Amino acid sequence: MKYIPATAAERARMLEAIGVPDVEALFRDVPGEVRLRRPLDLPPAMADQDLLAHMRRLAERNVDCDRLACFLGAGAYDHFVPSTVPHLALRPEFLTAYTPYQAELMQGELQAIYEYQSMMCELLAMDIANASMYDGASATGEAASMAADLTRRSDVLVSTAVHPEYRQVLRTYTSHLPITIREIPASGGVTPAEAARTMITDATAALIVQSPNFFGCLEDGAALARAAHDRGALLVVAISEPVSLGLVTPPGEYGADIVTGEGQALGNALNFGGPYLGIIATRQEFVRRIPGRLVGRTVDTEGRPGYVLTLQTREQHIRRARATSNICTNESLNALIAAVYLATLGKQGIREVAELCARKAHYARERIAGLRGYRIAFEAPTFNEFVVRCPIPPAEINRRLLEHGILGGLALGRFYPDLADAWLLCVTERRTREEIDRLVDHLEALQ
Amino acid sequence: MSARKRTPTHETPGAGAEAGARGERVEPARAARDLRRRPVPVIFERGAPGRTGYSLPASDVPDVPLDAIVPPAYRRAQPAALPEVSELDVVRHYTALSHRNFSVDEGFYPLGSCTMKYNPKINEDAARQPGFARLHPYAPEELVQGALQLLWELERDMAEITGMDRVTFQPAAGAHGELTALLMISRYFEEKGERRTTVVVPDSAHGTNPASAALAGYKVVEVPSDRRGNIDLEALRAVLTPDVAVLMFTNPNTLGLFEEQITEVARAVHNVGAQLYLDGANCNAILGITRPGDQGFDALHLNLHKTFTTPHGGGGPGAGAVGVKAHLVPYLPVPTVERDGQRFLLDGDRPKSIGKVRAFYGNFGNLVRAYTYLRTMGAAGLREAAEIAVLNANYLLSRLREHYDLPYDRVCKHEFVLSGRRQRDRYRVTTKDMAKRLLDYGFHAPTIYFPLIVEEAIMIEPTETESLQTLDAFAEAMIAIAREAEADPELVRTAPHETPVGRLDEVTAARKPNLRWRPET
Repeated sequence: MKYIPATAAERARMLEAIGVPDVEALFRDVPGEVRLRRPLDLPPAMADQDLLAHMRRLAERNVDCDRLACFLGAGAYDHFVPSTVPHLALRPEFLTAYTPYQAELMQGELQAIYEYQSMMCELLAMDIANASMYDGASATGEAASMAADLTRRSDVLVSTAVHPEYRQVLRTYTSHLPITIREIPASGGVTPAEAARTMITDATAALIVQSPNFFGCLEDGAALARAAHDRGALLVVAISEPVSLGLVTPPGEYGADIVTGEGQALGNALNFGGPYLGIIATRQEFVRRIPGRLVGRTVDTEGRPGYVLTLQTREQHIRRARATSNICTNESLNALIAAVYLATLGKQGIREVAELCARKAHYARERIAGLRGYRIAFEAPTFNEFVVRCPIPPAEINRRLLEHGILGGLALGRFYPDLADAWLLCVTERRTREEIDRLVDHLEALQ
Repeated sequence: MSARKRTPTHETPGAGAEAGARGERVEPARAARDLRRRPVPVIFERGAPGRTGYSLPASDVPDVPLDAIVPPAYRRAQPAALPEVSELDVVRHYTALSHRNFSVDEGFYPLGSCTMKYNPKINEDAARQPGFARLHPYAPEELVQGALQLLWELERDMAEITGMDRVTFQPAAGAHGELTALLMISRYFEEKGERRTTVVVPDSAHGTNPASAALAGYKVVEVPSDRRGNIDLEALRAVLTPDVAVLMFTNPNTLGLFEEQITEVARAVHNVGAQLYLDGANCNAILGITRPGDQGFDALHLNLHKTFTTPHGGGGPGAGAVGVKAHLVPYLPVPTVERDGQRFLLDGDRPKSIGKVRAFYGNFGNLVRAYTYLRTMGAAGLREAAEIAVLNANYLLSRLREHYDLPYDRVCKHEFVLSGRRQRDRYRVTTKDMAKRLLDYGFHAPTIYFPLIVEEAIMIEPTETESLQTLDAFAEAMIAIAREAEADPELVRTAPHETPVGRLDEVTAARKPNLRWRPET
């Protein structure tokens, strides 16, 4: 077995040093009644060349976004990933390291995460970002607990324009806590600030919205922030498409108290849904209540700058049952990927890629709006996603488009029964005008 | 064993950057000598205004004023102040940072309870194929049959390995798995009309256990360990009331010891109608030897980033598989992966499910890696891994037992716990000091000060993938440090000496947190 270097002679030497006759003697503390008396029933071991062929066959049973023109988003985005990302972030020195418990030996990882935290703060216009959470949905679930904790209130309002899976996770996360979840119905594709104002009470801990929201629409963040803050509630903003922040107002600018998000769009592969990158950021005054790891800059004994995991008394390994969260292993490598992505694009590139997405999506939106039978569902401004109401069922459209190598949008009926004819399309910078035109031509021909 | 010397690269960033920026002359000889210990400037300090390193296509759609696309009121006023660097700046920066890191690929990483075994390269090749890496989670079922088949097969394999009926891969890490299982158990009791408020954990438990219990809305009660390092069975029986929902149990436990009375523990828990949960962080010791399902566990999690070789990535992504017995199956997160003849499908229609604990289906990329590992090893290979992990741990224990205190003198499993009490009491050298000194010898330190029930704990897990030469070199370093603690305690107290930075001021870091770069810092 190539991963187990101990030779027969070495095993004999080790057994002799231990003073036992055989390996079996090292398991004498495992009671006989719980011993497995047969080999595990697993598929046979394979040699590397056969295994790689097997893995290739499995992979080829999938049809990935290299083989299709992808107009599907809905929380997972097909952005171009610069070559710097895999070549640097996936270096084995980063890939095969553990959590940086011995800071002096792990300055590279720690500095990279400190820089990630800094870039995330710049992008979101927030004071503090942590080292990562599992994904956008679970980060949003944790934000509800954090808000309840900070306000000592138990009511959480969430817009139905927040990603349906984030809302599902929010419910699971709070189901056994003294937190109640109420939903504010979206209207015209956005969260109505007036309705929010009516529903928020003195018991409301947080109003949770997403922008761009699940329908691709940009929320009126300032109005929603005022509605929350006027009653002492916090505004939590979930971001599922962080590339948008190259162009659109970051949540910190309109008064978000906690920002959660999904960082997949920042250089992470689609990976059939994971591993992705949970983002959580907040204001300076809430720093001691943020869940998860934080990297801080400090100095060593000779005054040189260095980096450590810090404010650890919030965390489970110190505070145990009273920790701000149970999170331990997070998504550091995905944070590093996001950092390399953001560094590569830089101040100008992030704006340019966001603008390209918006321009191409706008072009697609305008062209589809001009087709007979199709109409744009919501008037609110959008970034790179928009909802179309279709003359034939969206699932049927998707089936037909697939025959032409196009991966269509999400049929919204799956999550919103009243939007059975609605189709959520996404256009990133990867889509060419030719692909968009081809999509539009097929839609026209489908009727 | 000499101290590790890192080879300076010719182009380590920062060589002249900081001094040069201040207009100082850089002396070549000094620059080369100091290279290794010179701070790497943060990436924001590199580059120059207007410098770029990206490539994007020109817009190929008709030019429309931006105001007509996203109105000014919705646009950011200031650009995000991200770095302005060239591609080579980015490459040099992250390459320099990678040189200031320690990984399994570089050397021995005996972190107890973390199972830092070798992460096979073939796993990476398998997972990075576009058919997996470029697959959209909402692509229609007929386009993702290979992915679903992989998940379906992996579930069967993990169920067989653990003796459980079904397994979900939705949790992103071990602690996430704990929460998932606790929520399922809560739902199970609710359904039975039982209100149970308490979770019991041993005093040797991982911190995630009580934290997860609190997050699931439970009160936590701790039970002491006995003198052999097992859970104190009498104390356990005393706290087992009808209020108890779950005993969260680690076996082998965090002392690296197999709980000899596991069947009595299971019986006692089940006698009060409670559930027995396994924190499977230590499963590397038992693969093919004993199955948690056969020991009486009702639910468990496995850390695929420990036992099943998915790389830890400097703190994640992990993957937490949660296995359950039949009575908990209805509560699994949605969707599950099912098979209908030759077709695989996602089943989201499960009315008793707890719902979802994260979006989509879990850390799929890591599941591809774990699957690849299982197919490399097969049943015999997995059992051999467990046997040699235990052999290696017992061998290291035999080499170190005279030099450090050994609080529980038994055959260990995949790891063992020493105590630095002797060195602390006699020479005023702490476990932390010795851990830092190990870094000078080119090894990562073991897990220290855990489990909490051992003073000055040193928890060592060698794993099966380390050679006898490595184990001997590590043992000699540990023995040398024990001698240094006696002969030259100051040398150990002020360690590390050979790392890029010396011991870091954690107190100031926590008192005056600097958590992000700003131009003035």
